Amino acid sequence: MVKEILIGVILADELTMTLAELSRLCSVDADWIIQLVDEGILEADGSNTIYWRFSCLSLFRARRVQRLQRDLGINLSGVALVLTLQDEIERLRRLVPPVF
Amino acid sequence: MQFRDYYEIMGVNREATQDEVKRAYRKLARKYHPDVSKEVDAEEKFKQLSEAYEVLKDPEKRAAYDQLGANWKAGQEFRPPPDWDEGFEFSGGGFTGGDASAFSEFFSSLFGEGFNPTGGQGRQYTSAHGRGEDHHARVLIDIEDAYHGATRQISLRSPQIDDQGHVVTRDRTLSVKIPEGIRQGQRIRLAGQGSPGFGSGDAGDLYLEVEFNPHQIYRVDGRDVTIDLPVAPWEAVLGARVKVPTPEGRVELTVPPGSAAGKRLRLKGRGIPGRPAGDLYVVLQVALPPAEDDAAKAMYEKMADEMKFNPRAGLGV
Repeated sequence: MVKEILIGVILADELTMTLAELSRLCSVDADWIIQLVDEGILEADGSNTIYWRFSCLSLFRARRVQRLQRDLGINLSGVALVLTLQDEIERLRRLVPPVF
Repeated sequence: MQFRDYYEIMGVNREATQDEVKRAYRKLARKYHPDVSKEVDAEEKFKQLSEAYEVLKDPEKRAAYDQLGANWKAGQEFRPPPDWDEGFEFSGGGFTGGDASAFSEFFSSLFGEGFNPTGGQGRQYTSAHGRGEDHHARVLIDIEDAYHGATRQISLRSPQIDDQGHVVTRDRTLSVKIPEGIRQGQRIRLAGQGSPGFGSGDAGDLYLEVEFNPHQIYRVDGRDVTIDLPVAPWEAVLGARVKVPTPEGRVELTVPPGSAAGKRLRLKGRGIPGRPAGDLYVVLQVALPPAEDDAAKAMYEKMADEMKFNPRAGLGV
């Protein structure tokens, strides 16, 4: 059986979105996203919130924050720490040769 | 339908206080939360846990569940008694952990199909105008696939609503092109491959998160690839041209004279392709020649006699 081969779009860092777009995709108020930026969880390019641009990876990071807050009852500083440590663990894992 | 023992799932006894239930949930949630856990079956475990907590944390649901009696065993064939929930009034959640649509048949038979969690900021991802839900899946590829591109079959199981309005689980297989230059952790968005929309709403999207299988010889960090390359002591000391495997095939590398173990050599642009392409790093590992025969031993003895070498000079001994 010949099946159609689907071709997707790679969500690379270069694809960006505005504060309004990111808030809508997460179904949250812009204020909540601004808190994530203040906490250093998300990074925004641009001087003023109107000009802020987020990498599309921010969407997945913001959703992860939502799930961690909801399921584990952690506050934003706690989530920020979790994410920093997780990034570090990921980086270290990749540097260590796997054991076969 | 199988009976679910929510107390067993949460590891608490039937007399546990609400505080104990909460503490047990928090502890297990930290262990099995799919965003933090590396356990293989984390997702399934967390789903069960959320469901158990959903019932046990709510005094009304818990009381109703307790009324079923303590004689049921997990996995036992279960039919709810006809008027089992008589005398209970559910005030409609007010809380939920996790995604209630993913709860078991056992749960829905007791607390209803239409159970819909309310409340909380950001809890509802489905938007009002009927857009279908986004789906997420993980796809494992080999490092070589990032160099050459590949096509992968992906099997998905997703709940869908049939023509009669019933929720059915549907399996489907998609062939997806993995483009060359893809990196660890990147996501591929397949527009319209999520859940169908409601009414005239658009279908949701499917997001595939790409992960590399651990490789016997290569390690990946972003666009860059690293390989440990064993060299003979004389190759490291005197310099040499040696062959290096890369995901694109063999290349020749010049080891400069006087290279120490651990030295990193860069092959520019030989990492994961792209604009810019990553680099391939070769880390030299000096391999010790075995001395299995007399001639080899004699050679080591000669070196011991003639070379004034103290490998521990840096330690001050």
